[in-house]
Amino acid sequence: MQKYKHFIIVTVLVLLTTVVLKYVVFGPMFRLPPAASAESAPIDALFEGHFWVISFLFALIMVLMLYAIVVFRRKSGDETDGPHVHGNTTLEIVWTIVPVFVVIGFAVWGMVALGQLLQEKDDEMVVVVTGKQWEWSFAYPEQGVKAAQLVLPVNQPILLEMYSPDVLHSFWVPEFRVKQDLVPGRPTFLRITPTEIGNYKLLCAEICGMEHANMVADVRVVDNATFLAWMEERSQRIDYAALTPVERGALWYGPEGDGGFGCNSCHSLDGSVIVGPSWLGLYGSTRVFDNGTTAVADDEYIRNSIFYPGQQVVQGFVNQMPNNYEELFAAQEADILLNDGLEIDIVADLIAFIRSLNE
Amino acid sequence: MQSLVKFFRSRLYDALAGAFFGALVGLTIALSTRYLHDLILIDWLGAAAPPIATEFVLPALGFLLVAGHAFIGFATGFGGFMGTRIGRFLYYGSATGYVRGFLGQVVFTLLGIGFLESIRALLGMTADGSTFNLFGTVISEPGFVFGALVGVIGFLLGSGVLTDWLLWITGAQTPLRHGAPPGKPEWFRYLNVDVNHKVIGIQYGYTSLLVLLAGGLFAIIFRIELAQPGMQWLTNAQYNTLFSAHGIVMIASILLGVGAMSNYLVPLMIGAADMAFPRLNAFSYWVGVPSVTLILAGMAVGGWDTGWVAYAPLSLRAPLGVQLFLMGFWINGFSSIASAINIIVTTMVMRARGMSWFRMPIFVWGAIAASLIQFTATQTVGVALMMSIAERAIGLNFFDPSGGGNPLLYQHLFWFYSHPVVYVFVLPGLGVISELLPVFTRKPLFGYKWIALSSLGIALVGFLVWAHHMFTAGMGDSLRTLFMITTMFVAVPTGVKFFSWVATLWEGKMTFETPMLFVLGAISVFLIGGISGPILGTVPTDLHLHDSYWVVGHFHATMFGGFVFPFFAALYYWYPKITGRMYKESLGKLHFWLMTPGFWVMSFGQMSIGIWGMRRRIADYDPALGIEAAQVLITVAGLVIGWSILIMLYNFVVSARTQEKAVRNPWRSRSPEWQIPSPAPEFNYDVPFVVVGDPYDYGIEAEYIRMGQAQPVPAGD
Repeated sequence: MQKYKHFIIVTVLVLLTTVVLKYVVFGPMFRLPPAASAESAPIDALFEGHFWVISFLFALIMVLMLYAIVVFRRKSGDETDGPHVHGNTTLEIVWTIVPVFVVIGFAVWGMVALGQLLQEKDDEMVVVVTGKQWEWSFAYPEQGVKAAQLVLPVNQPILLEMYSPDVLHSFWVPEFRVKQDLVPGRPTFLRITPTEIGNYKLLCAEICGMEHANMVADVRVVDNATFLAWMEERSQRIDYAALTPVERGALWYGPEGDGGFGCNSCHSLDGSVIVGPSWLGLYGSTRVFDNGTTAVADDEYIRNSIFYPGQQVVQGFVNQMPNNYEELFAAQEADILLNDGLEIDIVADLIAFIRSLNE
Repeated sequence: MQSLVKFFRSRLYDALAGAFFGALVGLTIALSTRYLHDLILIDWLGAAAPPIATEFVLPALGFLLVAGHAFIGFATGFGGFMGTRIGRFLYYGSATGYVRGFLGQVVFTLLGIGFLESIRALLGMTADGSTFNLFGTVISEPGFVFGALVGVIGFLLGSGVLTDWLLWITGAQTPLRHGAPPGKPEWFRYLNVDVNHKVIGIQYGYTSLLVLLAGGLFAIIFRIELAQPGMQWLTNAQYNTLFSAHGIVMIASILLGVGAMSNYLVPLMIGAADMAFPRLNAFSYWVGVPSVTLILAGMAVGGWDTGWVAYAPLSLRAPLGVQLFLMGFWINGFSSIASAINIIVTTMVMRARGMSWFRMPIFVWGAIAASLIQFTATQTVGVALMMSIAERAIGLNFFDPSGGGNPLLYQHLFWFYSHPVVYVFVLPGLGVISELLPVFTRKPLFGYKWIALSSLGIALVGFLVWAHHMFTAGMGDSLRTLFMITTMFVAVPTGVKFFSWVATLWEGKMTFETPMLFVLGAISVFLIGGISGPILGTVPTDLHLHDSYWVVGHFHATMFGGFVFPFFAALYYWYPKITGRMYKESLGKLHFWLMTPGFWVMSFGQMSIGIWGMRRRIADYDPALGIEAAQVLITVAGLVIGWSILIMLYNFVVSARTQEKAVRNPWRSRSPEWQIPSPAPEFNYDVPFVVVGDPYDYGIEAEYIRMGQAQPVPAGD
């Protein structure tokens, strides 16, 4: 009876502690962000199952350990050894076999839930996501729209088709629960059905270099009418002829999703250093290079620095700039010439924009 | 050859080495003064430095510091301060394996760079890609890689760890030397190449602790940055370098710590006089030193921003520092493989008579399971690292998709080693837990065979789960399912260990000296690591938690519970064996009661912010997350852990000099190493013992080993 007394007390303590841990300790400690996608339902159910197991196992081992410490510790004056117990094969088999069934159970649960997440829906809308160092851009091929923020109609199943031109990135909106890496050289896919209207953040979850922490984009889940209105607004072709060179320069400077070349992800306009030198006060200033030579930042220098970024590197900086802007600009200029009959020089626009910052 | 050896033993060499290191110390002080000056004056106060300071005072100060230190080094080396303790230390110190090794590394690195750059210049090649400006000369990346590689050979030659092998080529006889070199003090052994397994174990141990301090310092620096949103005192690039270096430096520290325990304990526990291959054993340790040097040097030549995993293609675009990191990591593999061979062979063939596999002290099971992994898995990461090095340096295209490479290939090769290596870290630690529990509960280990086989079980299953690190990487869905199932099975042998430990505690007559406290702390912390694992193993929940701070909390708990806490328990437990003196119990308890709650707060805090949306490896976080309080708490907890470890080191250093002599068997252990004097004699057991019983038969009068009759040690050798 004395022997069973311990086991009865411990069983009661373990069960009590499990419940207390689940609701009082781990409940508040391990909070999931609000759920905003259809995918959250099976995932959160699995989370709930795991939290029960976590609470139970933590209670089981800690209660047994603390109980043993308090009850069986050596009393003062007692110099004898503990009971000579070598083991118990039945117990060993039980605590090997029972966990086997539990983990198989959870693996099956995980498989079923994963199957739900991967399920292809009937009326999926495709959004092409591009992540590059250190900026997100989005394209809606069915509507022919590009954007720097991800706008999604509520309750519309979405298929994200994701590309990276440079390094690994990872698509994660905590409220949507699911996550998928972007792998250069191949598309990757993710299915999401947003269910709650609201504003969220898309975070890059895979280390992608210097500005990884700041590779964030806005995500807006809106009702269908708002989405259609936004699409309408975005699908207007930019009237390049109506813009001044400075305005066009500002456009080229901006994010890719807004029709620019994403200069903004590395060069600031306020004098702060992101990756490359700031454009504030750049024009006409004297540049000191890493080999000790200097030059005045004139038109020729800026054109050269954009097309051949490794040739003259400003002291204190490491060249991380892509060297394909000559091709990209030429392609864009040809496109505008073809569609708008307008001949422009993107570098000249950018120079005008940089000069305007001095005023 | 002979004249070269003569030169290395001459006083002129000592003087030159002294001058070199004096100048290096001077240069370090001068540069850091300069750096601090800039930081305080320009970055913090926003003031411009007065011209006289930058143009005259600082350079003059720098010159004086360098020249002065070089002179002091020269004079010290020449024996000017032989009368003083510090003089003796500097004199002998300048001739240690470390000084000779580093000197060799610097000289050979420069020679290697010079050689390759000359060839490149002759061929008319210009440096494209990453370059480094060394004293006004632009050095290409291949030049740097070649220099680093040759530099490691320079270290090995300089330190003397290859000397015996090289002399064998000439046909010379080189008997193993025991004891300090002639004319040198006893402590000189510990700073020089030595073949005794206990000396090597101690070398592993203090190097591990030094490297642990470096890695810990990096963590403290970026944890302070992370306490508040916004960037306070680091740039993004510095932050990225620090967290990347923290990861790999801590892994190096853990591998060294595992080496410390295995090398010191395995021969003692199985009744061997030394390891099977003593020179190879020394090589395993000494090749690890330049590997750590390369990694730290990588921080100075541009750093790197890839984390310790160095995923391609980011690693192919990262600054030059990544190349030295990759090489240091790669060189470390030699250490792992060589030491694993030694442990496996020693355990297989050198056990005392009567010591069958299931009569070995349980720690040996942990050590051999870990060695089997190291011996078979390290090569894969070596391949992955070398492919990255080659892709960067000479353009072989393996991983970059723009040339037809495959980025996922790197991840597979990398994790095929880097997942099992986690068990290399924890299996010896779990062995320590199982080893110490019976001693402090005065009870047999519950289910010895089950615990021993669960170590092998974990090692085996550990080979089949690597791709769970890639659940979001873009693998096929069937593979995700397969690896989810195998991963979940890791919980089974791990559970066996927990249940057996608790059953050992049950009805045990426990006492709570510092080693036992750390064992109990280890169980509680490893439990946190264990229960936070399966939720990462099922794919749907992992899709949310992957690359979040939950993972950071999970693996820190695994590493602390599986290695750091048991390692500290081992250090306290075998401290009287190593030094012959007892540590201060009060300071040991203080260390425990600071570190354990500190760690709980840190670990649960990390898991809590991770599930809420905090990403891994970010220099800054969005204040809108509302996790500032938790971030501050984690940083404070980290600082408390750091301080508590300094208390331990203080305890160890001071106790070795001031504490009273320890009794022969302070823990009343049945294990063989406690039946001989402390510190253990050069050859451990004068006469081999015979095993006649089971190792953990506490509670009954039963012999484990029967010591042989002591006989006079034969003269010579």
